[in-house]
Amino acid sequence: MTHIPTKLLAPICKTVRRDIVEMTHAAGSGHPGGSLSAVELMVALYFDTLRHNPEDPKWDDRDRFILSKGHACPVLYSVLARTGYFSPDELVTLRKLGSRLQGHPDMLSLPGLDSSSGSLGQGLSVANGLAIAGRLNKKDYRVYCLLGDGELQEGQVWEAIMSAAHYKLDNVCAMVDYNNLQIDGCCEDVMGIAPLADKWRAFNWHVIEIDGHDLSQVSAAYAEAATTTGKPSVIIARTVKGKGVSFMENVAGWHGTAPNKVQLAAALAELQ
Amino acid sequence: MLMKPTRDGYGEALLILGKENPDVLVLDADLAKSTRADWFWKEYPERFFDMGISEQDMLATAAGMALGGKIPFASTYGVFVAGRAWDQIRTTICYANLNVKMGGAHGGISVGPDGGTHQSLEEIALMRVLPNMTLILPCDAIETRKATLAAAETNGPVYLRFAREATPVVTTEDAPFEVGKAITMRQGSDLTIIAAGPVLYEALLATEALSQKGISARVVNMHTIKPLDEATIIAAAEQTGAFVTVEEHQVYCGLGGAVAECLGKHFPAPVEMVGIMDTFGESGTPEELAVKYGLTSKEIIAAAEKVLRRKRK
Ligand SMILES: Cc1ncc(C[n+]2csc(CCOP(=O)(O)OP(=O)(O)O)c2C)c(N)n1
Ligand SMILES: [Mg+2]
Repeated sequence: MTHIPTKLLAPICKTVRRDIVEMTHAAGSGHPGGSLSAVELMVALYFDTLRHNPEDPKWDDRDRFILSKGHACPVLYSVLARTGYFSPDELVTLRKLGSRLQGHPDMLSLPGLDSSSGSLGQGLSVANGLAIAGRLNKKDYRVYCLLGDGELQEGQVWEAIMSAAHYKLDNVCAMVDYNNLQIDGCCEDVMGIAPLADKWRAFNWHVIEIDGHDLSQVSAAYAEAATTTGKPSVIIARTVKGKGVSFMENVAGWHGTAPNKVQLAAALAELQ
Repeated sequence: MLMKPTRDGYGEALLILGKENPDVLVLDADLAKSTRADWFWKEYPERFFDMGISEQDMLATAAGMALGGKIPFASTYGVFVAGRAWDQIRTTICYANLNVKMGGAHGGISVGPDGGTHQSLEEIALMRVLPNMTLILPCDAIETRKATLAAAETNGPVYLRFAREATPVVTTEDAPFEVGKAITMRQGSDLTIIAAGPVLYEALLATEALSQKGISARVVNMHTIKPLDEATIIAAAEQTGAFVTVEEHQVYCGLGGAVAECLGKHFPAPVEMVGIMDTFGESGTPEELAVKYGLTSKEIIAAAEKVLRRKRK
């Protein structure tokens, strides 16, 4: 995988955002909000950080990525297509009968997916397991796991946070898409999760707090995580749900609603 | 034909209960808009508790509320109630026979494009196996309202399964509803079709087509899977001697299995089962999935013809 300088990642982010609104529009359903908030995290990961080979999705030494918040698969499908796992033409089959792009990731149907997901709160445990297996197999791959902030309300996440620190899994890097929205409203109104950084720190993690839409901060955070030894790292990325499409930004209703034709045109106009 | 999602019946009943009974509390796990628990939330915010995305915590909290004399209704998608919080339901709620009501929304493949992860097809298996549990799959919005009201009157754990999509309203306001008492929707003498949930409508359609072929099919609405109305099944066995079961659920460990257990014990008769054949669902429209997974009147008609060939002469 060739690495791309940060300044060249910005136009890729725009492309990915266009993909997200186009594919959810074509599907007539899906989750644009939490996909758009994770674009920089995902683009910097797949285009700059991750050791992977789209020609060989099952390469043993590849870094792994676990999308714990499975509903955000549009952003993952887009970066997989844009890094060459499959043709971007296939993106518009999202959620259609027979498509490899299931409404939530199905690793048995689409090469390039390192896990299936859709039931929140389980991905970090899976990442820990992969990290332990890698260590036992003397592999130096790293395991990345993207979590939603609402998702952190699941008790299992905190069990996994404990396990990763206990086993000193410094090959694990968790990313929290801290957009402060879930379905029923703001996370702090529904079920408060703050103070997030203090909580992870108290659980013995190395905590990196960043602006999740600043590509240089995102890439630097991945690099810092990779050189942190003896403990797992978490990147707490402050983000905006719906980022890049003004009328979707910070609106809980765009969690799981697809743009209609007019809204799609408006969104694409903003994403030129 | 009036179309209405069964979940609307749940929301309506919660509003009635909120007004009539100050002990009724409602909990949800970040899906209140989908389950219709948000209707109660708006009217009675002081008695509504959003637990966030934490189903296990929600069910055990409901257990504590029941211990404190309240009547909690806890809802989210069926996969997460019956699946994620199963041990909490088994050991904390059912073992102690606590008065907790569970609303499992978005049941079945008709959830559609969200795909296999979200299409719950296992609630009958997971809930029917639990002692003290009452398990109800209402067939339409009216029946869901009645079942939810009845759940509040039933002591002990009750699981209600409802669906996302608007489905035909096939019962009437004045039709009687009693937990554990099946309803014969059509009389018939050649075979009996037993269905539960909105897919009952397909059974009614099949009956019309069968009657044009000279086949007289009885249709039983088995809204309560547990306790099972064995008397109705045994009478149908004596009078019709053959069965088709229909469910938007895995055929293994589902309604068909419950009916077959009853018949095996009391009055052996052939049973053909229409349901999901040991596979996960996938993304697609509800209509496409019903066709692909064989949940339409066409499969019910074929099953009826097959079971008649197997029927003892
Ligand atoms: C166990 C489980 N419970 C509930 C859901 C339904 N659900 C899907 S997304 C979501 C909200 C997620 O919020 P958050 O984690 O903040 O994600 P983001 O804002 O990044 O989209 C919920 C409740 C689920 N998929 N899994
Ligand atoms: Mg969020």
